[in-house]
Amino acid sequence: MIIPSRYRREIPGTQPDLLHAPYVSTVLRSPQRPLVPLEHSLSELTGSVYGHELVGPNDHDLTAQHAGQPLGQRITVYGRVQDENGHAVPETLIELWQANSAGRYIHKNDQRDVPLDPNFTGTGRTLTDKNGFYRFVTIRPGAYPWRNHYNAWRPAHIHFSLLGPSFLSRLVTQMYFPGDPLLPLDPIFNSIPDEKARNRLISHYTPEFDTPGQALSYRFDITLRGPLETPMEV
Amino acid sequence: MPIPTSSQTVGPFFHDCLIREGENILVRASEHSQGIRIVGRVLDGAGEPVTDALLELWQAGPDGVYPGYDAAGNRSTATADFCGFGRAATDAEGKYLFETLKPGRVPAAEGGLQAPHINVAVMARGMLKRLVTRIYFDDEPATLNDPVLARVPGRQARASLIAQRQDDATVPSYCFDVVLQGENETVFFDV
Repeated sequence: MIIPSRYRREIPGTQPDLLHAPYVSTVLRSPQRPLVPLEHSLSELTGSVYGHELVGPNDHDLTAQHAGQPLGQRITVYGRVQDENGHAVPETLIELWQANSAGRYIHKNDQRDVPLDPNFTGTGRTLTDKNGFYRFVTIRPGAYPWRNHYNAWRPAHIHFSLLGPSFLSRLVTQMYFPGDPLLPLDPIFNSIPDEKARNRLISHYTPEFDTPGQALSYRFDITLRGPLETPMEV
Repeated sequence: MPIPTSSQTVGPFFHDCLIREGENILVRASEHSQGIRIVGRVLDGAGEPVTDALLELWQAGPDGVYPGYDAAGNRSTATADFCGFGRAATDAEGKYLFETLKPGRVPAAEGGLQAPHINVAVMARGMLKRLVTRIYFDDEPATLNDPVLARVPGRQARASLIAQRQDDATVPSYCFDVVLQGENETVFFDV
């Protein structure tokens, strides 16, 4: 495989700005000088094949990692990972983490007075298949309050982390749920200027893919950055 | 054409998923002739330590070849001992540590060679997308002629990308602070 000479650049409005004042923590954590343009070399166009050996048999099923079932609404989250050319991204690692159904993370710094669930860790990983598809079984996370502004609550969300084939294809994002009344109020979700781009972070409920009587299905497709392609000659 | 999915912050609660013991130790520096240690802090615009940052490294080996590729940058099936990828979280003082191999020189975008460098991605709560920077080395003569550094305006800005060799260490150690904002702001790249 010959690696591409360069990748497409970011499409304005489709990615959040580094400074988004309504999300207060960005105010001191965003650079003030302009980013320096970098021409893509092998340093950016190559990437790590990371984590394949980390994936265990129950890692994609967050409801099967303990002796008992976690509390909450069981769901499956699935979708396709593709690049900007529409090509599947096969055999790439997806790492995922989330709060439990009460809206609490297992993290030591989350000491909120709602229960942890002894049957739920809230972390998962899987590889996409040869067609770029992935599937997790989990429970719907709860919303939780945070200190950004008065009575601020994060909408229910699941964190996704993907490396993709190169240093440039790295993506960390969050998946949301359709119809969540907290979405219009959330400064993190609303940090993406382009409405269509923003709404692509909302998963779709797909009853035709439910496991009847077992779990609701949500589809979340992911597009990673990809190389410029010369159009095929006809 | 599909548009890349938007980034969102990694948030403060990534550790249980993304941080596994030992992923900041790509090799034990003391066990390799090319072994180095890199330490530093991540600081915010008020000079306060960022205690919940995630750093990721991607680098070539000492031979100037990216692991999993051949020298020309084509995917290689040869198994590499050195993975070239590492992750570290900052601690309660905003400090991080990596042990790795000193990278060699890799081809530049416009031909010729780049100075030895490590590609770094920085993520944290309050950062809606990752920032990309590079670690160069103050004891590498090629650093002075690196084509990427040459395009960074300002001596102080260039200096923010150059790790400083520490004298008093058992293995070659370098200090590289990441300053997210302010007077000593680190240079970040638009990739």
